[in-house]
Amino acid sequence: MEDIRDIVLDYVIDEYLEDEDEEITYDTPLISGGIVDSFSMVSLKRFLENKYKISIPDEKATPEAFDTVNKIAALVKEFTG
Amino acid sequence: MAFSDKIREIYQSQLEEIRKAGIFKQERFIHSSQAADIEVEFPEGSSLRKVINMCANNYLGLSSHPEVIKAAHEGLDSRGYGMSSVRFICGTQDIHHELEKKVTEFLGTEDTILFPSCMDANAGVFEAILTSEDVMISDRLVHASIIDGIRLAPAEHDTFKHSNMKHLEKKLQLHADKRLKVVITDGVFSMDGDTAKLDEMVELCEKYDAMLFVDDSHATGFIGKTGRGTHEKYGVMGKIDIITTTFGKALGGASGGCVSGRKEIVEMCRQKARPYLFSNTIAPVVVSGVLKVLDILSASTERRDKLEKNTEYWRKGLTEAGFILQPGDTPIVPVMLFNAKLSQDFSRDLYDEGIYAIGFFFPVVPNGKARIRTQISAGHEIHHLDKALDAFIKIGKKYNILGKTKQEIIEMYGM
Repeated sequence: MEDIRDIVLDYVIDEYLEDEDEEITYDTPLISGGIVDSFSMVSLKRFLENKYKISIPDEKATPEAFDTVNKIAALVKEFTG
Repeated sequence: MAFSDKIREIYQSQLEEIRKAGIFKQERFIHSSQAADIEVEFPEGSSLRKVINMCANNYLGLSSHPEVIKAAHEGLDSRGYGMSSVRFICGTQDIHHELEKKVTEFLGTEDTILFPSCMDANAGVFEAILTSEDVMISDRLVHASIIDGIRLAPAEHDTFKHSNMKHLEKKLQLHADKRLKVVITDGVFSMDGDTAKLDEMVELCEKYDAMLFVDDSHATGFIGKTGRGTHEKYGVMGKIDIITTTFGKALGGASGGCVSGRKEIVEMCRQKARPYLFSNTIAPVVVSGVLKVLDILSASTERRDKLEKNTEYWRKGLTEAGFILQPGDTPIVPVMLFNAKLSQDFSRDLYDEGIYAIGFFFPVVPNGKARIRTQISAGHEIHHLDKALDAFIKIGKKYNILGKTKQEIIEMYGM
């Protein structure tokens, strides 16, 4: 199975980066670093829910939990088992 | 006592955090009427300073125009001070209706409804016209008031990269199954001064059967050959389904806003928009002033033409001096400094030179894109712009940024 981190990273690059040459890693701060604004985070949550057939409750979908690709992957794993 | 020490401490620590983050906002008291030349008390208690205002939304210089003031006086005398009622009980005068008709005519739409502010128009419109079966697709850089309106609406929400038509099209395809789709954008973006590509957006909306919403607050009165707004500039008048705009900027600058567009949309707002239903509308004195503003602008394009010339002069002067500007042709002219502290130091030094312009930095603008935002007015004369330019050059030399590239400035000062 493809690494969740790579799937999330590809999505973030495609969906959020204005300058597609900008380099981001699994640990680049996305929300606190201003790459993903907390308002646009909703499309990322929806993508994860559709892709992994999970439902992330709002109290878990915090800007902190979505701040890096690593954190997002950990969150997804929590719900996919 | 309800406001206990514990409660007080909670707020004091929150305020302290705002101070520490360097984003604590302090007002500067202006002791004159709004104009190119103003007298400012800052900080509080200090003696008054005469400065040139380079940061007002007074694009057409109408905030203190004698004819507008006279019309406002007449309105006050003939229609009184307040309404003491919301519109649908006993808070609608003939002049409110007259203003709605005049705005409709000016913008080239089907109908208009007034709101206490454009903030209220944006906060109320989406909830009034959309349900959970619908979707709102907004540009990532839309104004905060639109974001509030989106939050209040029951429809699904998605965003597209700023002015990226390919991304917008992708999102329109993604949401093809929704009952109603509305694409949401500013006409002129307030921080960068760029304009939405409304011709392409209209085309996409027609292709995918979506409505188009434009907040033209930083455009109405001066963008387009006769100042009707961004839709005039892009040749799509009559094709924007929902326009919101303000009377608090170019159109006299007092207060008030509206939703203008398809008559069914306007009627839905009249039935359901909460800021319209549960708040008094614009005071008669302001309505009378705005009516005069629209008369002035319909009779002649002199003021927007002067604004266009002033803007060209200002952009050319700064570019030739070696500053980096955000590209564009609107009177919002951001001078890029990239570093947050540099933007604050630059703004302070400008003030010392008698120029009032504000530095913006993250989170108001993206990280590493700090700038001084200048705003040009038809109320500026060439001598104002020359004096401001001299000050910019003097301070630009002090910080050694003239003629430098973005990379060089970042190397000197950091992001």
